[in-house]
Amino acid sequence: MKLLVCISKTPDTTSKIAFTEGNTKFDENGVQWIINPYDEWYALVRAIEMKEQDPSVTIHLVTVGEADAEPIIRKALALGGDEAIRINIQSNDSFVVASQIAAIAKEGAYDLILTGKETIDYNSACIGSMLAGLLDMPFVSLANHMVLNGNTASVKREIEGGEETCEVALPAIVSCQKGMAEQRIPNMRGIMAARTKPLKVVEPIVVQATTSIKTYDLPPAKSGVKLVAADNVDELVRLLKEEAKAF
Amino acid sequence: MVLIYIDQADQQIKKSSLEAISYGAALAKQLGVTAEGILLGTVTDDLASLGKYGLQKLHHVGDASLNHFDAKVFTQVLTDAAKATNASVLVFAHNLNGKAIAPAVAVKLHAGIVTGANSLPDTSNGFTVTKTVFSGKAFAEINIDTPIKVISINQNCFGVHMHEGATSVEALSIAIPAASIKVTATHKVDGEIPLTEANIVVSGGRGLKGPENWGIIEDLAKVLGAATACSRPVSDSDWRPHHEHVGQTGVQVAPNLYIAVGISGAIQHLAGVNRSKTIVVINKDPEAPFFKAADYGIVGDAFEVLPALTAAIQKSKA
Repeated sequence: MKLLVCISKTPDTTSKIAFTEGNTKFDENGVQWIINPYDEWYALVRAIEMKEQDPSVTIHLVTVGEADAEPIIRKALALGGDEAIRINIQSNDSFVVASQIAAIAKEGAYDLILTGKETIDYNSACIGSMLAGLLDMPFVSLANHMVLNGNTASVKREIEGGEETCEVALPAIVSCQKGMAEQRIPNMRGIMAARTKPLKVVEPIVVQATTSIKTYDLPPAKSGVKLVAADNVDELVRLLKEEAKAF
Repeated sequence: MVLIYIDQADQQIKKSSLEAISYGAALAKQLGVTAEGILLGTVTDDLASLGKYGLQKLHHVGDASLNHFDAKVFTQVLTDAAKATNASVLVFAHNLNGKAIAPAVAVKLHAGIVTGANSLPDTSNGFTVTKTVFSGKAFAEINIDTPIKVISINQNCFGVHMHEGATSVEALSIAIPAASIKVTATHKVDGEIPLTEANIVVSGGRGLKGPENWGIIEDLAKVLGAATACSRPVSDSDWRPHHEHVGQTGVQVAPNLYIAVGISGAIQHLAGVNRSKTIVVINKDPEAPFFKAADYGIVGDAFEVLPALTAAIQKSKA
């Protein structure tokens, strides 16, 4: 059983978001980088749990990024995984990123490809679905539970107002969200072991980007909260009805 | 032509798809082309009446095997349908199914995609779509550089708009590939309004002190016809189920009204709710950061304010 887990580098959730160069570039000044939480807590940790249950499972990690992504992929290796691949290109275009991962996935003949449900920077939720399109594989999105059963996986996915359980034949792609696994912290043994785990750098394939970011904007500041006295809820109801037209 | 994917569950068209039709119709008008829809499976809704949302024509692949969502099958059928109908722009709702298939359809059509669009594209010089990035902390204007374009729109950002007119319905024959998944169980939470489809959300935090106190949240939600939600510490402590966790790493919502009770307003929570149209914060700590992101606020004890608010709303609706 060969698993491929897609890892993305994102700014820490508490980062102050700002832009430079005439609002065309994300300001990385003072930003702490982390493994995208959905990739780490759910996709990667679930893969590690599967390997703990069945030592014949092999886990490869893949990230698309330049040398500054290496601390992140090493951190992921410290949590678990056998080896990592970094594809040496920086891109904001989901199609370019997915095409790079698809090329690696084809070569590696993986049984299961795991992604987080989205990254917390671009929130596009594109990579899993695009891989499914590029590789012509079954895709189960927004999964919160998964068990392997020979050549099939039983996966629970979120639907409006509930969840459904489905069986999918491998190879398949699953995007992971909360519920899939419990968050872990790398231990010293893992951190030491990660230093010597193989990290292969491969050059990107040539693909044309399909989108281009023109500018970024910050949301307009709220005009300020209107406070209502705690003993005057009728006034709040009036404001919500007449001013905000909220119900 | 603008082709709008009309998503269904339990043979009913989803509210988010009516919004997608409204958006697609406005976009078609802007581009001077027709607004057409694609529906897979059979539904109980009156299809001709989709004209009142601006849909001119509906292509219907009415095979009952498509009543169950299967990302691989739907991707292939929609790709073939887009080619057969010569669609130049595809519109999806950025809902659970839209997230699963829109990007796959885009790569199959060699189309660029922007997911989670907030408004109509600017087509004066290119095709530029604004979307939320950094979990609601910023916007990006992204140009789609390919001849065919795919957009999925954020829920509750455009609204449902009514028009005059009827839709002509045409059966579309597309070869349906073999199923790639088998649904073995479906679990729906009875009587609850799905969080992402809700117009109003009432959300509780640690300030409620324990799961036994959730009655006041549920009572308020009930009079408002609202969904209930919670902050991350609350779901982490198992006071409430995980699917109610709203925030950057939980569910992101964008209702008309979000009422936060006893939630301090950490940046990660705000990232999940800041697209709400109106935010009301009830917190006994006047320094709670949430007040800075709120439209209306009450500094006070939730255990006193909430029952009074519930009664006042009930009275106003009587």
